[in-house]
Amino acid sequence: MKWTRRLAKHTIEGLFTLSGGVTSLVVFLIIAFLFREGFGLFRSPAVERGYGLCVHAENAVPTLDAGQVKRIFDGEITDWKEVGGRPGAIVPFRVDDLFTGGGAMDDDPASVIPRVEALIARTPGIIAFLHADYLPGTKIARHLSLGNITPSDFFTGREWQPAASPSPRFGALPLILGTLLVSLAAILLALPLGIGAAIYLSELAGARMRAWMKPTIELLAGIPSVVYGFFGLVVLAPLIQKTFDLPVGESALTGSLVLAIMALPTIITLAEDATRGVPRAQREASLALGATRWQTICRVVLPGASSGIAAATVLGIGRAVGETMAVLMVTGNAAVLPRSLLEPVRTIPATIAAELGEAPAGGAHYRALFLLGCILFAVTMAINLTAELMTARSRPKNI
Amino acid sequence: MIETKEAGILTAIETKDAGKPTAIETKTAGKQTMIETKNVNFYYADFRALKEVTIRVEARAVTALIGPSGCGKSTFLRLFNRMNDLIDGTRLTGECLIDGEDIYHKSVDVDALRKRVGMVFQKPNPFPKSIFENVAYGLRVNGARDRSFIAARVEESLRAAALWVEVRDKLRASAFALSGGQQQRLCIARALAVSPSVLLMDEPASALDPISTAKIEELIDQLKRDYTIVIVTHNMQQAARVSDSTAFFMLGELVEFGSTKKIFADPDHDQTRRYVAGRFG
Repeated sequence: MKWTRRLAKHTIEGLFTLSGGVTSLVVFLIIAFLFREGFGLFRSPAVERGYGLCVHAENAVPTLDAGQVKRIFDGEITDWKEVGGRPGAIVPFRVDDLFTGGGAMDDDPASVIPRVEALIARTPGIIAFLHADYLPGTKIARHLSLGNITPSDFFTGREWQPAASPSPRFGALPLILGTLLVSLAAILLALPLGIGAAIYLSELAGARMRAWMKPTIELLAGIPSVVYGFFGLVVLAPLIQKTFDLPVGESALTGSLVLAIMALPTIITLAEDATRGVPRAQREASLALGATRWQTICRVVLPGASSGIAAATVLGIGRAVGETMAVLMVTGNAAVLPRSLLEPVRTIPATIAAELGEAPAGGAHYRALFLLGCILFAVTMAINLTAELMTARSRPKNI
Repeated sequence: MIETKEAGILTAIETKDAGKPTAIETKTAGKQTMIETKNVNFYYADFRALKEVTIRVEARAVTALIGPSGCGKSTFLRLFNRMNDLIDGTRLTGECLIDGEDIYHKSVDVDALRKRVGMVFQKPNPFPKSIFENVAYGLRVNGARDRSFIAARVEESLRAAALWVEVRDKLRASAFALSGGQQQRLCIARALAVSPSVLLMDEPASALDPISTAKIEELIDQLKRDYTIVIVTHNMQQAARVSDSTAFFMLGELVEFGSTKKIFADPDHDQTRRYVAGRFG
């Protein structure tokens, strides 16, 4: 009898330990996976994998970077002297050009390469973007290496064009700034409202009002974000379009409004807990000195609750930064550097959600999205740690 | 009538020279009624916590409220600065006068009343601010801005609360750095800073050690020269030591009220005798 009970006890304890251990392990594995995939981006070549670039063997251009290559193929750079070479028109060439126009073609490298070599030999201004199998010999053509994608390409790049050919652009700056803009605007909208509501709930509302209102506000937190997005898309976006006379209603402002509504329950609940956490004795002391209710709120309750309110703010920001679906639906998703609240922007989570499906696993695009995930993870982790520190500071002192 | 007139003079003097006793006041001290209740009943929702309480509290004296737990003495004390208003569903009938003024009249400014009637709570409850700011709080919420005035008033109050010598070198330190007894004296200084005429004390020494308690009692003895003090206490010896008059409450009723000497030596009621002798409570 006794040994069975002891066995049961050990089994149960073991199971609990195991579940805790498994959870922690999963978290670490996810983080490790995220960072491994993400930082793989910097080992990816700047040109599409499996392709190469070459120029005429006598071309004097020293080297090109990925941005220049893109602008050359986009027709924005048309002369070699613009990129440090001898003056002369640039002739961009893609292997597809060989196959367009003239009937059925043989795509066997043995037959393609001589034709490419001939083309390059008679076109001194050429820059050719070719599949690795079709690259000509080095006597006729000089192979250009663009190297790998660098951290500065990613973190300070201003262009996010993952599908660009020949060299996709993974400049995350517009996405990072877009996320910050939308989140900050959201928190600026939500904070006064949230703290006001928290003060109303904890200081002014009667018991019955509070009993009715608090669950309602908490209910807001339970609405799926896609519903918020839908609401934003159908109600807010047209409203903003009309109010500001914009070409489209999907803008950073629309996203901020939706996010503000979504962050409100977090802010209100936490700020209300913080203000109610201020000891009753301190309120009474203030009132007993002849302070008005309002003076008591401003001078005793709010300072006493300040760290809790700060934590509420930070967690509200965290909610806004990580929010995906609603933002994806209402911000317009233009990956450009945001210039105003009324323009479409694209945030990091929206980018990941929208693009991961079309990014081939293991490719540069896929890794770039993971790296965006790493940024998001680092930001939200920093935010949560800050909130943790702030609430730890606010735990009761000796009274 | 005479009382009301004197109360008027007193108020006039006090507004001119806050807190300082004058010749006229000293002469009248001990004779004048500061607080008066007439047939006060008090209800927490349906519960009747006070029953027909009628009492006259002398100015510039210490009145102790004693009685077993739940007898209504704290409720009674909190009537005088209307702290009971903070609780929903309370109701009062009868009259409650301070300085001849019905403090439950519609026209009464409760915040102004609380400036006149200071309170010290059972547990020290300083604000999470510096020692200086704790005392200055009441002045600041009353609109005082002049730095030198505030500083002078803070010092004066801390001296009156017998705390100045201990804290003068660390006025900017947190009030929480003080001991419990020091915190309670800080709370007394805080209450004194706004120059009240009445000081309510709700078991001010119950959370303190014997030495701190002795200091508080000594302080009460000094303060009664300038303030009318009403103190709730569970401690019989304390009531006997510090008070001039004692009111004994039971089950919401004022059983007996008289000079402390009489209540402790020769009370009229048997219940009082048994309570002060420590037979129940």
